[in-house]
Amino acid sequence: MTLPEHRARREAASPQDARKAGKRCPLQPLLLGLLLLLVFFGYGFLSSRRPMPGGLGVRPGMLYPQPKALTPSRSDVLVLTPWLAPIVWEGTFSPEILDEQFRLQNVTVGLTVFAVKKYVAFLRLFLETAEQHFMVGHRVTYYVFTDRPADVPHVPLREGRRLAVLAVRSHARWQDVSMQRMEVISRFSEQRFRREVDYLVCADVDMKFRDHVGVEILSPLFGTLHPGFYRADRRAFAYERRPRSQAYIPPDEGDFYYMGALFGGSVAEVQRLASACHQATVLDKANGIEAVWHDESHLNRYLLYHKPTKVLSPEYLWDQRLLGWPSVMKKLRFVAVPKNHEEMRSP
Amino acid sequence: KPKCYPLHSVVLLTILILAFFGYGFLSSRHLMPAGVRAGHSVAVRDPDGWQVVTLSRMLYPQPMVLTPSRSDALTVTPWLAPIIWEGTFNIDLLNEQFWLQNLTVGLTVFAVKKYMVFLKAFLETAEQHFMVGHHVTYYVFTDRPADVPHVLLKEGRQLVVLSVRSYARWQDVSMHRMEMISNFSEQRFRHEVDYLVCSDVDMKFWDHVGVEILSPLFGTLHPAFYTANRKAFTYERRRRSQAYIPWDEGDFYYIGAFFGGSVAEVQQLTSACHQAMMVDKAKGIEAVWHDESHLNKYLLHHKPTKVLSPEYLWGDWLLDWHPVLKKLRFVTVPKNRQKIRNP
Repeated sequence: MTLPEHRARREAASPQDARKAGKRCPLQPLLLGLLLLLVFFGYGFLSSRRPMPGGLGVRPGMLYPQPKALTPSRSDVLVLTPWLAPIVWEGTFSPEILDEQFRLQNVTVGLTVFAVKKYVAFLRLFLETAEQHFMVGHRVTYYVFTDRPADVPHVPLREGRRLAVLAVRSHARWQDVSMQRMEVISRFSEQRFRREVDYLVCADVDMKFRDHVGVEILSPLFGTLHPGFYRADRRAFAYERRPRSQAYIPPDEGDFYYMGALFGGSVAEVQRLASACHQATVLDKANGIEAVWHDESHLNRYLLYHKPTKVLSPEYLWDQRLLGWPSVMKKLRFVAVPKNHEEMRSP
Repeated sequence: KPKCYPLHSVVLLTILILAFFGYGFLSSRHLMPAGVRAGHSVAVRDPDGWQVVTLSRMLYPQPMVLTPSRSDALTVTPWLAPIIWEGTFNIDLLNEQFWLQNLTVGLTVFAVKKYMVFLKAFLETAEQHFMVGHHVTYYVFTDRPADVPHVLLKEGRQLVVLSVRSYARWQDVSMHRMEMISNFSEQRFRHEVDYLVCSDVDMKFWDHVGVEILSPLFGTLHPAFYTANRKAFTYERRRRSQAYIPWDEGDFYYIGAFFGGSVAEVQQLTSACHQAMMVDKAKGIEAVWHDESHLNKYLLHHKPTKVLSPEYLWGDWLLDWHPVLKKLRFVTVPKNRQKIRNP
């Protein structure tokens, strides 16, 4: 066609025609949708203050509310031990600041868990919930100790996270299974962990994560307040009370009753703790005595005379069926999975 | 076939995109100078090899989980550093932990030109209140070593006099402390002490200042700003300065007169502050509160592992004190600024 005709034809694609075309054309609402999407992303992009693209070297500061020196973060609980170790409760820490600090150090956290005999059944839920809540965004290595490696479930892991299955022997008595953990952790810390991870977290397997458990817990040595004893007088703590045992603690001593189901720290400190507890167990055995709460009794003795550098509140170890949800617990982060004790602990 | 999307939609879309990204570009606050560590906060490592120590049997009241040690003050920062107030710590426990590690504390103080006059009272009161029972080395930096007073020291404590040059301007005297501490940390302090405490000299100890303050890196809340909104902090607000901090940033306003930590961390802090001051100088700008401005910038991006309450640095010019302060431990000595700073 000629040029004037072509122009005439284009001009004929006027608003009227365009409207008609638009009504018929599926692209118009799609474009609108795209526009809205871009609006949202643009706003979100800016408000999250990530670095601008293009290597401009501009890095907006991290924004958060100002801490106020005369306003306690929690008015209802102790947030600092007498030896100045933080007690970690919801409201005392900023996950953003801490995440950044630990990301800059590119830390790797090892999580040890023992799934011996029937306890392998707990692994799937433990690992799946850990994937959602435990150290998200950081490098994690799960160390699964088991006597039945074939039964370890395949759980898809996020990036930067891996799982190592380590074979251990089982014991007939569940108390021995529990206590052997100290020896195994001590041995593997020396042989392997110190080369692979920066921090170790040692947990019971019959548990699940239901809320954030992150880098706020990390420090050279940490223990967790037992949820059944955080209100109790020290004389009511379930310490080993027989002087013949290595785990003995007199009634007039004791800071807290720590639970054996969650403790940790740097590899070096965890190795020292596990080694000391194991040796104490061996010595007790030679003297024909077994501490009332096994590895937990020895843990408590150790942490009395080697003060932890952080203490985790019972948010980090809870049993909702037994203890409900008191108002002082703003979050229940790591909780017991119901189990039939008799069944699980029998062969 | 007719084109589906009218031109004006595309134009609108483009404008909106540009508007959003443009807004973001224009509102971005500041350029990070080259050489400053990436990121906004850097974790301070615990010194390697300093183990959790084995304590012996000790008797003290049980800590009560449902009873805060202080109901009137913040005792832990959002990055889980303790804020030290009376009542938050058991000094017997801390002393025992410290003794078992056989550690030494260095205390640096600058007595340059007329400021020599403050040194005697500083040292005498330090002997009564500062790290009593522990190993202490006083490092007295001065341009007039002959005038250093003779003060009787308790056992396990010694004094070292370090000769340094003076500067004509008092601001320069103040600022060059960073350079001198940094140099001596490298040459000397790291071989002689485990912790460094860096203090102004026109001060007196009135009450206990002990091992509760020690940690890899600590700063002290300025007594005039601990209740203030961050917008009122006297940070350096000019973008051109290395010490610049924007209005919506800042945790606390730390005072330049009292800071410290492990030798390694203090060396890094003082070196960074000195370099930042040199960059400023080359650009013809001097931060509004000199070394204090740079200290605040550093501690914003390198969060301290302990923060000392204003009990640890009180101003004689502050007429009454808030009931939150149960003790006044370390207090400025009144001085005639004109007279003392000028020849």
